[in-house]
Amino acid sequence: MNYTFQFAAVLEELPYLLGGAVVTLQIAFASFWGGAVIGLFGALAKVYGGVVARRIAAGYVTLLTNTPALVQIFLLYYALPDAGILLEPMTAVLIGLVLNAGAYLTEILRAGVLSVRRSEIEAAATLGMSQLQIVRYVMLPHIAKTIYAPLSNFFVWLVLGSSLAALFGVEELTGRAINISTANLRSIETFTIVAAIYIVLTVIASASLALVGRWAFRVKAKVF
Amino acid sequence: MFERLVTEAPLFFNYHNMVFIGQAMARTLGMTLIGCGVGFVFGMLIAVVRQTTSSLLWPVRLVVISYVEFFRRIPFLVILFIVLFVIEPLMPGTSLFGIATVSVCLLSTAFLSEIIRSGLESVPRAQVETAQILNFNVLQTLMMVVLPQSWRVILPPAAAFIVMFIKDTSLASQLGVIELTFAGKMLINRGFSPILGFGAILVCYFALSYPLSRFAAYLERRLAPS
Amino acid sequence: MHHLEIRNISSSYGKLEVLRDVTLSADKGEVVSLIGPSGSGKSTLLRVLIGLTPPTGGNVYIGGNKVDYNSRKSLKDLRGHMAIVFQQYNLFQNMNVLRNVTIAPVKIKKKPREEAEVRARGLLQKVGMEEKADAYPDELSGGQQQRVAIARALATSPEILLLDEVTSALDPERVKEVLDTIRSLTHEGITLIIVSHEMAFVREVSTRVAMMDQGKIVEVGPPEQIFRSPVESRTRDFVSKILSH
Repeated sequence: MNYTFQFAAVLEELPYLLGGAVVTLQIAFASFWGGAVIGLFGALAKVYGGVVARRIAAGYVTLLTNTPALVQIFLLYYALPDAGILLEPMTAVLIGLVLNAGAYLTEILRAGVLSVRRSEIEAAATLGMSQLQIVRYVMLPHIAKTIYAPLSNFFVWLVLGSSLAALFGVEELTGRAINISTANLRSIETFTIVAAIYIVLTVIASASLALVGRWAFRVKAKVF
Repeated sequence: MFERLVTEAPLFFNYHNMVFIGQAMARTLGMTLIGCGVGFVFGMLIAVVRQTTSSLLWPVRLVVISYVEFFRRIPFLVILFIVLFVIEPLMPGTSLFGIATVSVCLLSTAFLSEIIRSGLESVPRAQVETAQILNFNVLQTLMMVVLPQSWRVILPPAAAFIVMFIKDTSLASQLGVIELTFAGKMLINRGFSPILGFGAILVCYFALSYPLSRFAAYLERRLAPS
Repeated sequence: MHHLEIRNISSSYGKLEVLRDVTLSADKGEVVSLIGPSGSGKSTLLRVLIGLTPPTGGNVYIGGNKVDYNSRKSLKDLRGHMAIVFQQYNLFQNMNVLRNVTIAPVKIKKKPREEAEVRARGLLQKVGMEEKADAYPDELSGGQQQRVAIARALATSPEILLLDEVTSALDPERVKEVLDTIRSLTHEGITLIIVSHEMAFVREVSTRVAMMDQGKIVEVGPPEQIFRSPVESRTRDFVSKILSH
């Protein structure tokens, strides 16, 4: 093989790619927080809900976590127009990722809620703590410790998973990589650099999440 | 919308389409199982290498740790593209299925090595020391003492991980591998409604994933260290 | 030369010197006990002897041969002559009692399985565990596990057996059964090095007792000397404190 690598052409496009990285992070953030809202309700329904609420939450989690997000979004994107609803690619992707994140976060948050021991709540009540104080001093620390590491990992997973948006023409990092490589025909170089950007992005995310966790919740989260 | 479904359904669920979907399902399962099987073997190797402490082996450890950390931080889609663009000029005849399977192997090796590593590390140090004292060599210690005690930690997340990979292989549709997702697209291109096409595909994925998820949950309850 | 010679052994953990210039010897069949406050280096000395913690200085001789703790071959040879029983038993959790006792003879020393099992059953009988041959470690009490651990160590036919606080993790009512087992070993020609806090037992079975403090051997002598008329003030303090309990 006498292939010569030419990174220069790709490096010229670095600002364009980094702009895509920002879009990637935006998608990840939006999916994360949207999913967190659903996940919170889902977890509360699963732990404290009645039979119906529990069944609905469980069914939602089972259906979404056992099928690929990509196909779910395909369904949204191609089937809804039949019902007269036209979705922008970005909207379809966001709805799909939020619903998926909601399912996974339901499970993560549920584990957090379950980590609170009844005996500790009772002990706090006998000490004369108010409801609010019990939540603040007894429940939250437990929940934070249990869910922080899985939440950080899940955020990294979302950063990587958001790349499927490219398949709908969204110009996030992977989408812009596809654009560049079809233009400059330097596919290997382009995707190598994009892979490197993803690595840097997720390392920064893991590291800063670990720092925040250590500072705010005294959680020993590992960066690697 | 409903009328369309009702009129299309008999046409959709014909023998030909069912065989087509069945073959696609076999490809999805094939990529996943081959990928995870190979990933398990290499993941085991990496996990064992990471347990070594010899100072002579540090370059090897550095290589495998970088491999694991890099591949866990690149989207599967990007790995697919890189493998495609690297393999195509090197081995022009390689099938798309082969390329996708190699990609699955690369990623699953990284993830499974981490799962296996935490399993190996769950075995108390004293068990390993005792084996040393009884003059077990490294391989004997691994096979007779460490592995038999780490299955309960390895199996539940490994099963959950395979579910994740069944789903990730849907991205291989982008290369043109006729697995479930691509089959769904083709059916829609043949004129079937997206609800029917992708709906059927979602049911197939569910049929593959759900039993495995249940099994993973069962293992988790059953094998949880008491 | 004595059967086991420990000469000027030192060991440190980071900057902390855990053993300083320890010199001690034992003849074949002797029972030498190490006593002293916790953290005085008794257990570390045993770990150094069996090659789990590398010494930073000094030498160990067994039967006149120097042990090279940096050589895999020498370590293997050493562990053919020497065995250890730990405070926490450390039975292999994935094997039943019989398999725990036969695994080293069968897989490492390549003895025929039948022969190894006959011998293992004999050893289990000796420690009073023959009826539990098929049980798994998590089904046994601490004392039972410890007796199996002793049988497992004996199955390698050691000339020297190290016993590291083997009764410390046991319930009081289980201590006696393990001590009885050890007592039965004292007249079989096996050299025993015992770390223990059971002073009455140490006094009864030991041929010599070594008092350790801060990584050093303070005083060595027959049990009567150590317990009744110690020369060193530190030994006197330790012994009187322990016996007054």
